[in-house]
Amino acid sequence: MSDLIRRYGVTITALMCLLVAFWLVMLVIVPNITLFEQSFRPYLPVVDVGGPKDVYSLGNYAKVFDGSIERSFFGIPYMIPVHVMTFGLTIWYSIVVTVACFALAYPLAFFMAKIANPKSLPTLLLLLFIPLWVSEVLRAFAWWIILAFKGPLNALLLAIGAIEAPVRWIVDYDGVVIGLTYTYVLFMLFPIYNAIASLDTNQIEAADDLGAPWWKIHLRIVLPHAKPGIASGCVMVFMLSAGSLLVPSILGSTTSQWFTQTIDQWFKDALDWNTASAYAFILLLLCTIFVSIALKVFKVKLSDIAK
Amino acid sequence: MSAKIDLENVSCDFGSFRAVDNANVSIEPGEFFSFLGPSGCGKTTILRMISGFIEPTEGAIKIGGKDMRGQRPNQRPTALIFQNLALFPLMPIWENISFGLEVRGVDKATRRKKAEELLELVDLKGAADKMVSQLSGGQKQRVAIARALAVEPSVMLLDEPLSALDLKLRQHMRAELRAIQKRTGVTFIYITHDQGEALAMSDRVGVMSQGRIQQIANPRDIYNAPINGFVAGFVGENNIFEGKSGAIAAGMAGFDTAYGTLRARINDDAKGKALRLYVRPEHTLLSAAKAEENSIPVTVSEVSFEGAFISVLCHSDDGKLIVAELRNDGSATVPDIGTKLHASFAAARAALLPDANVRG
Repeated sequence: MSDLIRRYGVTITALMCLLVAFWLVMLVIVPNITLFEQSFRPYLPVVDVGGPKDVYSLGNYAKVFDGSIERSFFGIPYMIPVHVMTFGLTIWYSIVVTVACFALAYPLAFFMAKIANPKSLPTLLLLLFIPLWVSEVLRAFAWWIILAFKGPLNALLLAIGAIEAPVRWIVDYDGVVIGLTYTYVLFMLFPIYNAIASLDTNQIEAADDLGAPWWKIHLRIVLPHAKPGIASGCVMVFMLSAGSLLVPSILGSTTSQWFTQTIDQWFKDALDWNTASAYAFILLLLCTIFVSIALKVFKVKLSDIAK
Repeated sequence: MSAKIDLENVSCDFGSFRAVDNANVSIEPGEFFSFLGPSGCGKTTILRMISGFIEPTEGAIKIGGKDMRGQRPNQRPTALIFQNLALFPLMPIWENISFGLEVRGVDKATRRKKAEELLELVDLKGAADKMVSQLSGGQKQRVAIARALAVEPSVMLLDEPLSALDLKLRQHMRAELRAIQKRTGVTFIYITHDQGEALAMSDRVGVMSQGRIQQIANPRDIYNAPINGFVAGFVGENNIFEGKSGAIAAGMAGFDTAYGTLRARINDDAKGKALRLYVRPEHTLLSAAKAEENSIPVTVSEVSFEGAFISVLCHSDDGKLIVAELRNDGSATVPDIGTKLHASFAAARAALLPDANVRG
């Protein structure tokens, strides 16, 4: 602090601190605490707010267990609360998106970091960035058009003879997974790219020289080195996917429901902000726990990711 | 387990730049061969061509008589030790050493045993379970050597592996490397820009400049009988005189300079080329009286004490710097600054040499 004052003077230091404090308190802490407090109170008519019925309870959180439906698992039928199922499917397809992003990003990141001519790298990065200049809504709609039953993707695949009849792409969660993968793949690419770029190329050559085949080099040298980057990419993609509302809304099918959509419905359709808040905190809490467990399993420390 | 390496008319181009130009060298099995030259002379390119990371543009590289063209680094019987060692920081020492065996599908117990053996060979017993970051510079060096030896290569390629070590350790590792080479009998090809290193360790040295091998000889001949001015200048200090050579007789020639006609050795093939006279400072003598031959009157301008020897800087009447080195063994009196003396040298100790062999 005294260092800051010495460097920038009292006025600018005070201003910086105030701005940071404003951002933290007004834009992060207060809204979250408000929602958190709300989530424990029942949704009441305005006249009852603050009255005897307005007491703290876990009732809003318990609502996820309401309304079970029947499903079957390998022919064995079982009952599951519909919101729990939505949550489970959201987590599952977020994992699918994360894996898909990794499968796409890792080879590209390796290519960019170790194979591509450094001179062509700016062009490559520009090509990757240009789509980001377009609004996310438009990009989601673009995919909606591309994936349409009579859309360009089917037309192309039919023309080159890869398929014999047009495919319904936007069924179940397929459209959502494709859209989310497209939207968040760069969040996977850059951490991995940075991690691989920091790997000494001599290590790859040394492994090669010692007789390692290419897959062994990746398994033993590149992947372990890139692990923190991969982990931070995975955490970002997973959290963003699980928390995405736009893409599931646009590219979802009649049989897909994302947990964020459920939250959105509590907010906007039911106008029950209390239950919506409770659901939002369930998502936040469980995703955080899930990610922490995943990091433990893959032996990655949080401090490694921050690098 | 060692092989002969032949470079036959090997050239390597990077775009329009010729990094290595028509290199021919035959390295014997079990030999310690050094490529010596300044940075950018093409020595690392030669090493990378032998190890297979670069293919020669022209010519052939043969290991054990077999043409290596098209063979990937992992298919060649070579092991490269990188300048920065390139140890794997995320593996313990023993896994580093046995990595080459791991990729060959050797089982874990055998690998561990082999790693322990190699650690003993390089004098690092008990370090098997340490991590790379826990070792000192010299210890990392040994691990790198052990890792390369583990795959039982016919040829070890070393790319200035000692350059990151401090002076004392470097001298120690020189002896160590030499001893390991003798013990294993593997052919060592060593790259360095440090002439002391090359001369001290090698059976033979190839001096390079601007992509060309200038001279291949044993260390003594490189120092005592350099083939041209570049080699003489790169592997030691010289007093150099400009002039015009006269008739050659019995390997000696007169050389007309501003200080009269000096006599020096000359090779027959140097005839007709532009020559300069080179004489080492330690062969330059200082005396009060005029010497019989090759004598130049000088004034002492500076005396520099270097420890093992004393460097006496003199200037001739026309201002040319002539350096003489006296051994610091009490046999010579150190002259005072300003003393007028005669610098001289034996004709047999001086040589008339052409400039470096470069592409014209």
